[in-house]
Amino acid sequence: MPTSSLELKAISATRSPTPAIKQTKEVAKLIDVSSCIGCKACEVACQEWNDLQASDGRPFFGSYQTLPDLEANFWQLIKFNEFERDGKLIWNMTKFQCMHCEDPGCLKACPSPGAIVQYANGIVDFQQENCIGCGYCVTGCPFDVPRFSKSTGKVYKCTLCSDRVEVGLEPACIKACPTNCLHFGTKEQLVQIGKARVSQLKEQGYQQADVYDPAGVDGTHVIYVLPHGDHPEEYGLPVNPTVSLAVAIWKQPLKWVGGVLMLGGVFAAFTHYIRYGRKHEIEADEAPPASA
Amino acid sequence: MTNGWTDIANADVILAMGGNPAENHPVGFRFVMEAKRKRNAKLINVDPRFNRTSAMADYHVQIRAGSDIAFLSGLVNYSLQTKRYHEEYVRLFTNAPFIVKDGYSFNEDEGVFSGWNEQTKNYDDKSTWNYEMEGEFAKIDMTMQDPRSVFQLMKKFYSRYTAEMVARICGCTAEAFTKAAELITSSFPPDKAGTILYALGWTHHSHSVQLIHAAAMLQLLLGNVGRIGGGVNALRGHANIQGGTDNGMAYHNVPGYIAIPKAAHQSLKEFLDAVTPKPLRPNSMNFLQNTDRFFVSQLKAFYGKSAAKENEFAYNHHPKLPENDAGKLENWSWAFIFDHMFSGRMEGFITFGMNPVANGPHSKKVVSALSKLKWLVVAENFEMETAVFWKPEIQALIDKKPEDVQTEVFLLPAANFAEKDGSFTNSGRWAQWKNKAVDPPGQAKPDQEIIARIFLKVRELYEKEGGKFADPIKNLNWWYTNKTSPSMSEVAKEINGWAVSEVANEKDPKITDVKTGGQLNKFLDLRADGSTLCGNWLYIGSYTDAGNLMQRRSTDDPTGLGFYHGWAFNWPANRRVMYNRCSADGQGKPWDPKRSAIAWNGERWVGDVPDYKVDSPPDAGLGAFIMLPEGAARLFVPGQFVEGPFSEHYEPAESPTVNLLHPKHSFNPVVKPFKTEWDKLGTAEEFPIVCTTYRLTEHFHYWTKNNAYNVQLQSEFFVEIPEELAADKGIKNGEMVTVTSARGHIQGKAMVTKRIKPMTVGDKKVYQIGFPIHWGFIGRGSQTGSLANLVTPSVLDPNSFAPEYKGFLVKLEKA
Repeated sequence: MPTSSLELKAISATRSPTPAIKQTKEVAKLIDVSSCIGCKACEVACQEWNDLQASDGRPFFGSYQTLPDLEANFWQLIKFNEFERDGKLIWNMTKFQCMHCEDPGCLKACPSPGAIVQYANGIVDFQQENCIGCGYCVTGCPFDVPRFSKSTGKVYKCTLCSDRVEVGLEPACIKACPTNCLHFGTKEQLVQIGKARVSQLKEQGYQQADVYDPAGVDGTHVIYVLPHGDHPEEYGLPVNPTVSLAVAIWKQPLKWVGGVLMLGGVFAAFTHYIRYGRKHEIEADEAPPASA
Repeated sequence: MTNGWTDIANADVILAMGGNPAENHPVGFRFVMEAKRKRNAKLINVDPRFNRTSAMADYHVQIRAGSDIAFLSGLVNYSLQTKRYHEEYVRLFTNAPFIVKDGYSFNEDEGVFSGWNEQTKNYDDKSTWNYEMEGEFAKIDMTMQDPRSVFQLMKKFYSRYTAEMVARICGCTAEAFTKAAELITSSFPPDKAGTILYALGWTHHSHSVQLIHAAAMLQLLLGNVGRIGGGVNALRGHANIQGGTDNGMAYHNVPGYIAIPKAAHQSLKEFLDAVTPKPLRPNSMNFLQNTDRFFVSQLKAFYGKSAAKENEFAYNHHPKLPENDAGKLENWSWAFIFDHMFSGRMEGFITFGMNPVANGPHSKKVVSALSKLKWLVVAENFEMETAVFWKPEIQALIDKKPEDVQTEVFLLPAANFAEKDGSFTNSGRWAQWKNKAVDPPGQAKPDQEIIARIFLKVRELYEKEGGKFADPIKNLNWWYTNKTSPSMSEVAKEINGWAVSEVANEKDPKITDVKTGGQLNKFLDLRADGSTLCGNWLYIGSYTDAGNLMQRRSTDDPTGLGFYHGWAFNWPANRRVMYNRCSADGQGKPWDPKRSAIAWNGERWVGDVPDYKVDSPPDAGLGAFIMLPEGAARLFVPGQFVEGPFSEHYEPAESPTVNLLHPKHSFNPVVKPFKTEWDKLGTAEEFPIVCTTYRLTEHFHYWTKNNAYNVQLQSEFFVEIPEELAADKGIKNGEMVTVTSARGHIQGKAMVTKRIKPMTVGDKKVYQIGFPIHWGFIGRGSQTGSLANLVTPSVLDPNSFAPEYKGFLVKLEKA
């Protein structure tokens, strides 16, 4: 179970209700993309706070972006996308990390009790000591965020600095941001700040500016101000993210089927073991990142 | 900066040009974003590339590297032709009404000013670049209608820079120029303010000083200098480069921007006569008439008790800039040091916090020059290229081997910025104290200890063995409590200065202004009679009897304009906006009451610390620019710059085109390139591509290549190449390419991008490429010897002697 004193709201693969009784305000992080200069201070702050080791000498992949994608020890990444629209060049720099969904696909998909929890304040947190490394959360995430580490056999992602938030501090990335592109506060406040910025951007000519807080996952605790709100994909964000049907059905109406299949699986595994003996060790090295 | 970082938030219009603040000043850029969010400010970015700043800009124009003067001159012309200038401001505060001397002219076909001698290739006679005089004062016409007035001459001079001409020179379109011009000049109404942010993109050219002159002209026409949210703002690169420049780091100044004594100035009087300006208008304040007080007090700081009235305050101890055999003053600026070294004139060299092999320009020439030294001392916190210039891979650059190098090299481990106390002076002239965070590792010592130990040893040798002219060494004022490692607090006290003996009030001698031993509070506490000691007059007020004011950290902001007078110390006199007299009209009323820098309340100027005599009424005519003898800002610069009183577009030393205005003098006519075997220039036929160099957010110079996090963020040297050029050459993203100039070549991975576009210059299609400077031979990650400065030319601006690191010619091949 989490050591955190934050109130729990949901626990993976657990039927019993959470003991939450305190009134907790939901928190959120607001990323105002129109104010992001892509300086990457947030990337380093994240790694330093979380004691994640830097990796020397990455192969060059032809971009200002630090890495092609998130990694098990790199939990947030500014995505650099350049493209042209109406003869105008656009170079988007968009901070990308766990969205802390209100309806978290990872938690729903997780079969291991207590490996993923959702706090009452909205933070979705992985508890690696309970993680069995099955990777279901990776499949369950509509944003493709969790990353499996072959060296530990566990899955990792942004914690929204739950350890800092718990003691009343803002997440490390927010503290490091020099341009006030990043904000932290209650979700209610931040939606208001986001909307105010959107209306200012509209006055400045960004007619399609919008707050990105996707309804398909009941909203997120990381929200964005996008100058071109009608094209989230240009920022590397899914247009209409939802928890996949398979995960939703498996975890709700068809849960009993899962149970039966599970028993079947155990039976099959047992017969497999009797028939073929124990499994051979497989290669467990970290693969280099694919180039983009 | 004329203004400060926090003040950028007050701007309505921000022109980022010759700098990439979002990339290189990310923390300061918050104030740009604040202006955009709080005031709906417009950010315009003019740059050879579409960069991080462009990504944030409301409007971006791509221009050819090295064509900035043409663009700015176009803006000056646009402002004058469309009457988008602040007329009253121009009349009151600039030299636009001044009458220029008969005989001054500019030859538009040839591109040279009066006084040019085609035989000597020099301006032999610059006497016409001056004002018409009436007696001892300059003649003026306040209507600015006289055809010989600066205003009318300027209008005519810049009329050549039409939108079409700008487009042809810069490689943009006339429409893009005009749209940018409209936005940039929209700050001309009195209640609007616009700022310019620039950095090394302007200073790294063979015409850099005139470039900044052009920017200043534009800001003066728009009425933006001395205004809240205005100014001409140089964004300084290193944390303390401003403090270094203030304190005499460059060879031609002593601390406080006083010109260094020259060989011809054999007595103190001769020197002071040469450097003290005489007023050019009847009531002009001409504050630099006090230069004697500043310099004598500085001599007291240097030579202490040995500096007395009887010996001209030990003026004969002070170094003087020598003349060479030809009778010309020697030049010991950066690139000249290595030219002298290369020609064998130097035996030894001490370098602190510098990496000349990487810094360049022209790394090969630097390596070759260092190889001729008898000894080299490097004080650094990392081993770097300069300290190991003898290694085989670096000597291979000049086809030599380690055994060819006879230089004895000493690498002294030095503490870094976080390992010592002291102050940083930021771009906005705020001197901010910092405390040591951690002890330096191992045997590393703070710079002052390294300097002190060397000095004490040298002095000991002089005392024991004597030597030529030992007095300046023996008499140096080394008063510090800890001789081998002076405390920075004591040095700061000395820079501020104190009263050696009682300083009496000049009007009423019965009143004591500063008691003996008391710290000085204001400039005019200084005396030229030896009763005061002061290391740098600009810093008076930074360390008073109230303590070290650089340590102040009050965030009180009663006006909401971001002055923060209780935060640190802002030279001069804790003033946040320089030339702030210009923020109010002829009656002392602010042009924009919502953004009042200072205003006249009937008795005094109130607001920011006034850059003016505090109790002098607005109509007394002291002149808003109290540091200049004419009291007015110089649109037309009399005599000060070597290539002319107005800024003219000249091509870089290496250019893809002849000068479209005057092919005969295409390149800056007064630049004299070096003549060694290394100083080669290429032609457009052989090297058709324009190239520029720059820095990245992710790195700090050649230093962070030792830090794992920085290396992870940008791990490898790369070359940014336009998509069209890459397609022409069959280069794919990530493939190795070779960039070659007349000086050398480097290799790196191609970053194929839409962010640099091909352009049409004149009638010719021109490509630009560029690369960052942060890699070399030593450090983490991929260090394969791609020193950016292996390809840059050693051509210099003839005023500042800054090298032309930006806008030179190369060819590009797939490796």
